[in-house]
Amino acid sequence: MRQLGDGINAKVTWKEITLAGIVTDGGKSKDFETGDWRNSKPVWLAENCKQCLICTAFCPDSSIPVKDKKRVDFEYKHCKGCGICEKVCPFNAIEMKGEEE
Amino acid sequence: MGIKDRLSGNEATAMAMKSMNMDVMAAFPITPSTEIPEQFSQYVANGLTDTVFVPVESEHSAMSACIGSQAAGARSCTATSSNGLALMHEMLHIASAMRLPITMACITRAITGPINIHNDHSDAMSSRDCGWIQIHAEDVQEAYDNYIMSVRIAEHKKVLLPVMICQDGFITSHAVENVELLEEEDIRSFVGFYEPDYYLLNPELKVAMGPYDPPTYLMEHKRQQAEAMIDSLDVIKEIYDEFGKLTGRYYDLIETYKIEDAERIIILLGSSAGTAKIVVDELRSKGEKVGIIKIRSYRPFPGKLIREALKSPKVVAVLDKAEGLSSIGGPVYSDVCAALNGNAGFKIVNYIYGIGGRDVRTDDIHEVFADLQDDIDGKESKAKTAANYRYLALRE
Repeated sequence: MRQLGDGINAKVTWKEITLAGIVTDGGKSKDFETGDWRNSKPVWLAENCKQCLICTAFCPDSSIPVKDKKRVDFEYKHCKGCGICEKVCPFNAIEMKGEEE
Repeated sequence: MGIKDRLSGNEATAMAMKSMNMDVMAAFPITPSTEIPEQFSQYVANGLTDTVFVPVESEHSAMSACIGSQAAGARSCTATSSNGLALMHEMLHIASAMRLPITMACITRAITGPINIHNDHSDAMSSRDCGWIQIHAEDVQEAYDNYIMSVRIAEHKKVLLPVMICQDGFITSHAVENVELLEEEDIRSFVGFYEPDYYLLNPELKVAMGPYDPPTYLMEHKRQQAEAMIDSLDVIKEIYDEFGKLTGRYYDLIETYKIEDAERIIILLGSSAGTAKIVVDELRSKGEKVGIIKIRSYRPFPGKLIREALKSPKVVAVLDKAEGLSSIGGPVYSDVCAALNGNAGFKIVNYIYGIGGRDVRTDDIHEVFADLQDDIDGKESKAKTAANYRYLALRE
């Protein structure tokens, strides 16, 4: 049987798709952009941000990347727009906006 | 090398499971399949198998436990009937979609409403679209042989589908018949060691099974399942032939009986085939051209074999032991009509029979053949229901 792991993407045919959707290896979520469910998104107001990093700890996904001990702008590929980051921010540095705005 | 014994269908099934030394059995008792887990749990208690026996609290749990253990890498089995099978329904789809080769003894019984514990095929037929291979036995010997072969069919790399091995509740499951059993070592070398390519307890290749399938993928996965079901037609025959070489008992997906020049043919499955064969012999001795086709593999449906077997009958009756409540006839009738693709060139009628354990006697089969002669002669059918959709042994 074919080695699994590369057989799931939006172009794969029924003959090549992984058997029963079995997932081999870790980190497969990198290949699937699940942020398209979102109907509102968090916007970072950098001028209010004190870099306390509470938002990064509370984000249930991996949508607030940290570089050199500082958060940078949102990574929207996997952000579902849950709004937890806005609620936990003590400095009003995150604002939820409609996806259309 | 065969061992002569006399066993009921349930006992023979439990014996087959024991001989194969299944890794896990998870079951919940329900009439008429109760004896299977009952007897099997005694084998386990007496140390005759290494099987882990899981006494679950419902059939939904039984199938769930089988799914979990088979996914983990254990050869798993269960047994059920009627409403028990209905309670498993959700998990039946999951087992087949996860491509887990679980095997199950289905001791067919009417699905309740109103309550009834006797034989018909309404439980098995309600599960026909679940992606399970479904094989029906006429007698105890077939029930035993089918179970052993089913493990190989299920686990074949081109198939990887669960298999339901059906026998008629009480009629076959509780009737003691002479059977020829295989030596345990022959069975074990026939089924071999279960080595799945992917299983959850493999530390060398970690996998996740049964993930979410969005619209982008589900259709491709269903097509893949459909291909496995189509491929299983050839695989079943291949395994049957291998089993035939071992035992001298050769099977096929259908069994034909005296149909070569038959003008009137009955198509049916299960224990009533034995009754029908006696009637065929009686009528043949009077020079009447009659025969039967017994369907052994209901899923996959051997449409091509049936089409080829129906060379030039004048009229065919399909007997359904389940009322499909479709307004146009029973499930087997629908499948046979689909197999012939509207090009039959002869009349096909349907009889609903044996519902809720209604006895099926030779007289009843004689009545069907007599009706079919009326059809050939152009006489009006005695059947009161629609012309092609009839009832057998119903009080009108």
